[in-house]
Amino acid sequence: MAKTVLKIENLGISFGGLKAVQDLNLEIKEKQLYGLVGPNGAGKTTVFNMITGVYKPTTGKFYLDGEDLTGKSQEAINHKGIARTFQNIRLFNNMTVIRNVLVGLHNQPEFKCGMLSSVLRLPRHFKTEKAMRERAKEILRIVGLEEERNNLSCNLPYGKQRKLEIARALATNPKLLCLDEPAAGMNPNETADLMNIVRHIRDEYNVTILLIEHDMKFVSGLCDEITVLNFGTVLAQGTPEVALNDPEVIKAYIGG
Amino acid sequence: MNIFETLLNGLSMGSTYAMIALGYTMVYGIAKMLNFAHGDVIMVGGYMIFLTMASVGNPILGLAIAVVFCMLLGITIEKVAYKPLRGASPLAVLITAIGVSYLLQSTAQMIFGSAPKMVIVADLGNVMLGSIKLPVYTLVTLGCSFAIMIALSLFVKYTKIGRAMIAVSEDKGAAQLMGINVNGIITITFAIGSALAAFAGFFMLLKSPSLTNTLGAMPGIKAFTAAVIGGIGSIPGAMLGGILMGVVEAISLTIPAIAPYTDAIEFSILIIILLVRPSGILGKKRREKV
Amino acid sequence: MAKALSAIKWKHYVNYVVVAICTVVFGVMSLTGSLSSSSIYMLEKIAIAIMLAVSLSIVVGFLGELSLGHAGFMCVGAYLGGKTSALLEPLLGDVPTLLVSLVVGGLVAALFGVIIGLPALRLRGDYLAIVTLAFGEIVRSFFMNSSDESFGGSLGLNTPRYDKNTLFIIALVLVLGCLAVTQNLIRSKHGRAITSIRDNEIAARATGINVTKYKLMVFTISSFFAGIAGVLYSYSNFTVQSTKFSYNYSIEILVMVVLGGMGSINGSIIAATLITFLDMKLQTILTGNLAVLQDLFYALVLIVLVIYNNAPGLKSFRETYNLKSLLGKFKKGHDPSKVHDDEAKWDRVPTKIKMDEVLSVDLQTNSPYTPDKPGKGDR
Repeated sequence: MAKTVLKIENLGISFGGLKAVQDLNLEIKEKQLYGLVGPNGAGKTTVFNMITGVYKPTTGKFYLDGEDLTGKSQEAINHKGIARTFQNIRLFNNMTVIRNVLVGLHNQPEFKCGMLSSVLRLPRHFKTEKAMRERAKEILRIVGLEEERNNLSCNLPYGKQRKLEIARALATNPKLLCLDEPAAGMNPNETADLMNIVRHIRDEYNVTILLIEHDMKFVSGLCDEITVLNFGTVLAQGTPEVALNDPEVIKAYIGG
Repeated sequence: MNIFETLLNGLSMGSTYAMIALGYTMVYGIAKMLNFAHGDVIMVGGYMIFLTMASVGNPILGLAIAVVFCMLLGITIEKVAYKPLRGASPLAVLITAIGVSYLLQSTAQMIFGSAPKMVIVADLGNVMLGSIKLPVYTLVTLGCSFAIMIALSLFVKYTKIGRAMIAVSEDKGAAQLMGINVNGIITITFAIGSALAAFAGFFMLLKSPSLTNTLGAMPGIKAFTAAVIGGIGSIPGAMLGGILMGVVEAISLTIPAIAPYTDAIEFSILIIILLVRPSGILGKKRREKV
Repeated sequence: MAKALSAIKWKHYVNYVVVAICTVVFGVMSLTGSLSSSSIYMLEKIAIAIMLAVSLSIVVGFLGELSLGHAGFMCVGAYLGGKTSALLEPLLGDVPTLLVSLVVGGLVAALFGVIIGLPALRLRGDYLAIVTLAFGEIVRSFFMNSSDESFGGSLGLNTPRYDKNTLFIIALVLVLGCLAVTQNLIRSKHGRAITSIRDNEIAARATGINVTKYKLMVFTISSFFAGIAGVLYSYSNFTVQSTKFSYNYSIEILVMVVLGGMGSINGSIIAATLITFLDMKLQTILTGNLAVLQDLFYALVLIVLVIYNNAPGLKSFRETYNLKSLLGKFKKGHDPSKVHDDEAKWDRVPTKIKMDEVLSVDLQTNSPYTPDKPGKGDR
């Protein structure tokens, strides 16, 4: 039995009376590809916002590798090993592609370089900088952006911007990578390509992946297990075949 | 000095601040920009009153001319300096506004020189209330500005244009889709704000007749501070902030030990309030979407 | 060795070289007595202006926060450095006094930088701008109302004037130091972290950047150099008067940063030099009521330049007629699509604060909030 990476217990949040998410329980095993699906407004992104520290949950707790991270700041949670991408792309637009990834590498212990070393331009500065660039290029190669590394990130097409976000999140060396609608706005070819990339990332970097997606083909082709949310509550959990054929789920999607 | 007099003085000062703060807050709410030049519109209004007083001698006519001129000025500033920047970074708009403020100040200095002009609008004298001596101008200022503020609140709440203003301030895009002429509404907002500034200029000259090209600078900043304290974008907030500012100023000025530090005290209040409530007393914070 | 030399990006060091050459050339001229005292005075002023502009540009151009109280930090440095030098001058002699007062002025200003940096963690955008403005006015009013014995009150603090033949050399050397610190910082991983906060604070947090640490750091460094500039100012004048440090002065510094181009240190240097030079030249030409022409001119230039650089409607115009493409015609291998990495394009810098975030009319207290609704907002 693989060990549990992320454990969510009774997680819930309400915004001024509206319960956006309630009583969410999840358990994600190591190297699993886990999907979070549901209609618009189901509270999927809110779950991401809670486990990455953007919102503080009103109830419940979540654990990464058994460590309680509830209520920690975004930075602290990232340092502990949860990285994410955003539904509405949030890149550092004035920076080149490679710099975006370099920012992601900022906190890696092997690239530690004090301010003083940087200001005085000690050998350590040059050594770290070189090593960081090498690593960044390596990560960009995985998502297929190595050639574009010196372009401004805002000049990239939409699909590539999404890939760059994944690369940047990956650079923080996470245990759990949360992808918020990674395939949104991509054409079928790009989506297929992305599926390969996501699998490759999981195998190469030993990360566990939690993703939100509306493209059901993408979800059922990729995920080992899914949770379906609607109006903040869990409708079904299990393998894609089982969960997506649940009568409740079909009702929620088709209506009636 | 007695408490009642101080308080009344503070209220009248505060209501002037509130009128200026309303200009800031309405423009902020609708055009989403800090109109740094707003304080200098007061000064322009002051000079218009000065010119009319010098030629005709009628203060009410002066006020009327000042109001009309300031409205036109506000509209012109908006069209020429701010409209091209709609959609640009707010920092760029703010810096342009600072430029406009300098432009108004230096133009006024070029035309009228740097020596202060004496504009004695009207000597209203004092009225005795029992043993308390009250300067009439404070009562006039207080009464007029409250009337104006009530009228404005009713206008925003009950007229079609006022409701359109609220719609634009909530969501410019949606308002446009609903057929509201957003540019028109912004123009009207600038006109109203500038008219209020002209009134404020009149009340300030009523209080002390000395007029220079920096007449509006400090009151402008203080009123802006008042608008931020009250929660910028909020009309009742601007009134509350302005009154608070005026009362604090009046009280602080009567205590000799802290009188020189009045400005510092007012600005410290701003910092403290913002630290406790980052969006001001009546401002409400909207969550940023992630 | 040759390999190491060719590996250095000379482009990055042009400004040091230029400032260093100026320092040497003018230093030699001044020591041989061939520099007029008005030119010396101007060089002092230029050095101070460069230091102020560069230190403000880290906050505005790289961290992306607007500070309207930079003169306040300078004020703190000028008064405390000036007081220190006035007290120590008879005891220690020239050079040790200068060093001690520079350290005192810089450090106290840096301390105030930390104090102002703290609200910067909670407040953003316009709100922070007004707080920094308030801070500047508070500091000024404190020194203006100080007793005559402590800081000279409204008459100003009398400070010793340093030997004017060498002060500007010291100032230029300090400018070099300031450039070295700011540029090396910006062109390092820490600088990347700072610019990432400017570009997208939420993404920076999610990427694990310690926003708190970097914001405080930037405010501290920036105010430290403003304090140093203040100490230099106190040495180049006989008195330090609080009226000098009004918010108008903060805005003058901001104008230098803006005209130089946000996020460009070289631009700030050039703009600071030009504006100070023009200021002093025009002061002698335009006297009396004509002096106001200068302000008028600045105001117009500021408005026109900002509109030209930022108006969304002028985008295509800007792309055909601009300095870079004009210069590019003479430059081989110029690619207009390549953008300099450090420079921030204003229309792309997010506003830090979404203006409607703070509107009171936005939401009723208990109105439902659905954070997951797609299609609206920044998509």
